[in-house]
Amino acid sequence: MTLAGWLQIATVLFLVVAASVPLSTYIKRVMAGERTWLSPVLVPLEAGFNRLAGVDPKREQSWLAYTMAMLMFSLVGFVTLYGLQRLQGYLPLNPQHFGAVSPDLAFNTSISFITNTNWQDYAGETTLSHLVQMLGLTVHNFLSAATGLAIAFALVRAFARSSSTTIGNFWADMTRSVLYILLPGALIIALVLVSRGVPQTLAGSVTATTLEGAKQVISLGPVASQEAIKELGTNGGGFFNANAAHPFENPDAFTNMLEIWALLVIPFASVLAFGRAVGDLRQARAIYAVMGILLLIGTCVAYWAEAAGNPLLAKLGVASAMGNMEGKEVRFGEAMSSFFAAATTGTSTGAVNAMHDSMPPIGGLVPLFNILLGSITPGGVGAGLYGFLVFVVIAVFIAGLMVGRTPEYLGKKIETHEMKLAMFAVLLYPLIVLGFTATSVLLKSALDSLGNSGPHGLSEILYAYASTNANNGSAFAGLNGNTLWFNTSLGLAMFLGRFAFAIPVLALAGSLAAKKRAPVSQGTLPTHGPLFVGLLIGVIVILYLLQYFPVLALGPIVEQFLMHAGKTF
Amino acid sequence: MKSAIVKSATIAPNLFDSSLLKTATLDALRKLDPRRLARNPVIFVTEVVSLIVSLFFVRDLAGHDGAALFTGQIAAWLWFTVLFANFAEAVAEGRGKAQADALRKTRSATQAKRLIDPSGKSRMKAVYQTVNALDLRVGDVVQVEAGDIIPGDGEVIEGIASVNEAAITGESAPVIRESGGDRSAVTGGTSVLSDKIVVRITAAPGSTFIDRMITLVEGASWQKTPNELALSILLSGLTIIFLIVCVTLWPIAAYSGTVLPVTVLIALLVCLIPTTIGGLLSAIGIAGMDRLIRFNVIATSGRAVEAAGDVDTLLLDKTGTITFGNRMADEFLPSTGVTEAALAHAAQMASMADETPEGRSILALAKSRYDVEEPDLVGRAVVSVPFTAQTRLSGLDMDGRSFRKGAVDSVLKLAGLPPETAPAQFRQAVERISRSGGTPLAVCEDKRLLGVIHLKDIVKPDIKQRFAALRAMGIKTVMVTGDNPLTAAAIASEAGVDDFIAQATPEDKLAYIRREQQGGRLIAMCGDGTNDAPALAQADVGVAMQTGTQAAREAGNMVDLDSDPTKLIEIVGIGKQLLMTRGALTTFSIANDVAKYFAIIPALFIVTFPQLGALNIMHLASPHSAILSAVIFNALIIIALIPLALKGVAYRSIGAAALLRQNLLVYGLGGIIVPFIGIKLIDLAISALHLA
Repeated sequence: MTLAGWLQIATVLFLVVAASVPLSTYIKRVMAGERTWLSPVLVPLEAGFNRLAGVDPKREQSWLAYTMAMLMFSLVGFVTLYGLQRLQGYLPLNPQHFGAVSPDLAFNTSISFITNTNWQDYAGETTLSHLVQMLGLTVHNFLSAATGLAIAFALVRAFARSSSTTIGNFWADMTRSVLYILLPGALIIALVLVSRGVPQTLAGSVTATTLEGAKQVISLGPVASQEAIKELGTNGGGFFNANAAHPFENPDAFTNMLEIWALLVIPFASVLAFGRAVGDLRQARAIYAVMGILLLIGTCVAYWAEAAGNPLLAKLGVASAMGNMEGKEVRFGEAMSSFFAAATTGTSTGAVNAMHDSMPPIGGLVPLFNILLGSITPGGVGAGLYGFLVFVVIAVFIAGLMVGRTPEYLGKKIETHEMKLAMFAVLLYPLIVLGFTATSVLLKSALDSLGNSGPHGLSEILYAYASTNANNGSAFAGLNGNTLWFNTSLGLAMFLGRFAFAIPVLALAGSLAAKKRAPVSQGTLPTHGPLFVGLLIGVIVILYLLQYFPVLALGPIVEQFLMHAGKTF
Repeated sequence: MKSAIVKSATIAPNLFDSSLLKTATLDALRKLDPRRLARNPVIFVTEVVSLIVSLFFVRDLAGHDGAALFTGQIAAWLWFTVLFANFAEAVAEGRGKAQADALRKTRSATQAKRLIDPSGKSRMKAVYQTVNALDLRVGDVVQVEAGDIIPGDGEVIEGIASVNEAAITGESAPVIRESGGDRSAVTGGTSVLSDKIVVRITAAPGSTFIDRMITLVEGASWQKTPNELALSILLSGLTIIFLIVCVTLWPIAAYSGTVLPVTVLIALLVCLIPTTIGGLLSAIGIAGMDRLIRFNVIATSGRAVEAAGDVDTLLLDKTGTITFGNRMADEFLPSTGVTEAALAHAAQMASMADETPEGRSILALAKSRYDVEEPDLVGRAVVSVPFTAQTRLSGLDMDGRSFRKGAVDSVLKLAGLPPETAPAQFRQAVERISRSGGTPLAVCEDKRLLGVIHLKDIVKPDIKQRFAALRAMGIKTVMVTGDNPLTAAAIASEAGVDDFIAQATPEDKLAYIRREQQGGRLIAMCGDGTNDAPALAQADVGVAMQTGTQAAREAGNMVDLDSDPTKLIEIVGIGKQLLMTRGALTTFSIANDVAKYFAIIPALFIVTFPQLGALNIMHLASPHSAILSAVIFNALIIIALIPLALKGVAYRSIGAAALLRQNLLVYGLGGIIVPFIGIKLIDLAISALHLA
């Protein structure tokens, strides 16, 4: 570990914190339908879209109507994206003349992008036409992030309101999220990326002659626009198979820092926006702190593990002085690769600038643990906030009883109905992750996809399901996911991870909105301050460790022990 | 409180009374019936897997690989886990049952004198027939005479009688019951000591107050309360999660090269699912109700007890709760040219024959503050002048001297002084007393105005601290009084309440409650009159006084048998304690799992991966003893925590933040550490006994 490394991490974190404060005010105003400094330009545009779609943004929806709108919208998105992939051979902007994507892969990819997962069982540059990339993937990079933001702020409104039957208007939330937050942000970042040399062209590829005189075909395309929203919208689906490790996606140390910043800033700002919306910033700061601490711990552990290097190579006397550089780009180094790994899995981004598969077992445990938590530190755009709030509801329920009152959060009593919904949401995670992992290890065809055996192979499978279920989308690599079984089951994991979680969350929002907001008193459980921060961290770590400790013991933990004993996989 | 002590000594049995334990043990076995256990998902799952392991044990007995010793022990301890949980519930219920039996005795074979023609149309008004009390119907009219037991709940429609209500309140002093007014309700099972009353029956046999009390204390009607339901959902959710963890572990372990025996997986499952809180949950609820009953308060539902813990605002009647029931003399304010001692002496003389509490308090003040000796009245010509509504004066004539005290204008009239000509010092004193909410009582001797006595509401000595403690818990206190706003404000500030309702009518109370509830607050109040009934019904916790009317008792969701309005404060404490105990044991139960993992996980995989032995930080002797120790600890901890579940976690008014810190430390951190020690000790014992 080097001082330079720490300084880089600290700089990015500082910039995230510094930017999240003003951004949170902006997001709060946007989601509340208030005026912002971009309103003069965007209001006519927004009104035009609303008129076109026949949406009255003032007409709010009940939670059920809101949910149905969200589901219908996602369904239409799925069908069009699936159609685009299957028909890309007949459509324009296909300079490399790619044929139709196979049904199971198209199914997987469509779900992947409408759920903000961006799990990629394909290599973009050799599978998809520019049309699909731009009209399909990039569009959904915006829409899926906006959907997350919409769901999150429906829940935020539920906490902020008292005795309300409505939780907002889905269509209005979508339009405003895209128009006011994601589009301007992505535009700026794309321009910066272009200035650093990231390609933005409709050309298919260029052919270069190498020094040895060999012909090399270098893929090109509208990379910068997709790259920008890929990070800002915590999507993570790369234009190229190598994702953010590819020099055209992430050319230098500066763009690397920019990309980490971009993927963290909206999730953190949303938390503060939540605090502003409920009128108590202290509440948000507690959550912000928990997310930040868990992210930082993950970063430190990963960085430490990377810097410790591989003891086996050290024994042989061939270890790199830089620590474990396998699977890493020299232009990023260990610090920023570790930080990228923690940030991309702590959010639901899943972009990678280094191969998580090549991290030492304990280093690899960090991204794995982050996605097993459901990517809530700080989580995806919107998704992190609502995912975390569900968890707060459960933690408050357990701890709140200990002060001798019916547990309440922000004045809303947590009762039977809320517990049913919250437990249903969190119950699905282990069911999907452990259920599919267990099924996969029983299937010979699934095991054939593994690049490694033993504990490392187990980690690869577990990682795939945890990543898709958390709508993260990063891959541990080493696993060939493009098979019928994995395309289908991973697709299901993504689908359930998003919708089987979001529906109870919206139902929770409906139930909470209808409740009165009880005033805070000395007798109320304080849900801010260091004690509550510690409590949340404790409950999160213990509850999740309890769920995944056995499988982690058989995966990265035993692998770490075995590595020190001289056995690798 | 006195009666509560009497009652707990007579009825409430010792925590671990030996006959109680015997009954509870039998009940624990009876509760193994899966249809009954299905109400408790965590323990139900434990029972199902116990059965499965028992079958494995039978299979292993046939084999000769020595596995039977291990399987048998696991099976036995799993059954113990279920039994201990049943036992906890049975002990909690048993304590109520003993009380119920005592109550039931009062109900047995009462005869009723039913009037044949209560309305008197056929001139047979006084004729009655003797019927069994169980045959009475609502609306029947019965006559109850001295020595009779009142056959059912009802309302006195004629007559007045002294009634012994010890059967339900434990209080042996008789109370007066009379027709009309707020003291007309009588309770079946209590006995008439003197006189004769005619009672209209208002509750059918089986639904009388005593019947309800019996079902409540027995826990027979114990329905899961809202919070208990929510907690059950959390526990069921955790159980399902751990079922998923254990079921999926088999293939994952198989992939990793370990074929896990199902017995071991089941042991892991039972250790992980929250059996501790699952097993104690119903006991905690029943015990909470029981604590209330031993406090001489009957709640009509567990929901009310929980609501008590959530109360944000307490509506307290001034008289009897915040102040003593009567006004008392506080100071003597002499008129111009009169010494305090002279005034004190005259006031004392004027009160010598006054037996009212006010009169007694004047004597007490004169003696304590001015050390005025009580005159010896023996052998003197003494004529006492009682108070009448016309004169509004009372006093004493002795040896030709007359002493009078009374309303200011009456005394001034007696002294022949028009109000405006009264001495300035006197007028100022009267004005000051009125302004501070007190009652001025003028005193004169031989028609000479001496001064004024300040009668005031005396706030109970420790009430201010109690309100401060409530405030520390975030509970707002509101004083309800019929006094004018001026008086009310003075007393409110002296007692330290947060708010008051002056000149309160029942409608004012109702409106106040509604307003508070609109703001999301929960309200508790107590009341006894029929006009309190709407407010009692509207309040989230309405405590009716046992001495109150039937309407009030029906409207409230609790009845205080001692009719002591201050108890509202303790009721809130009991409600909080109930919730805290649940939370503390849930936290403890979940925190326990950490240590169990460290015991079991290395034990499961050590054969395949010896390196995982590094996780065996407790250095448990062998895989089998590690698993067995965790299972035994898991069972024994239920027994160990039964006293805590029944007694409840200590509750102090120190504010939510401090409570949370304290309970997190004890039950959270403690819950992580204790099992490490416990499992290690059990492992040592098992190894020493060569059980694994």
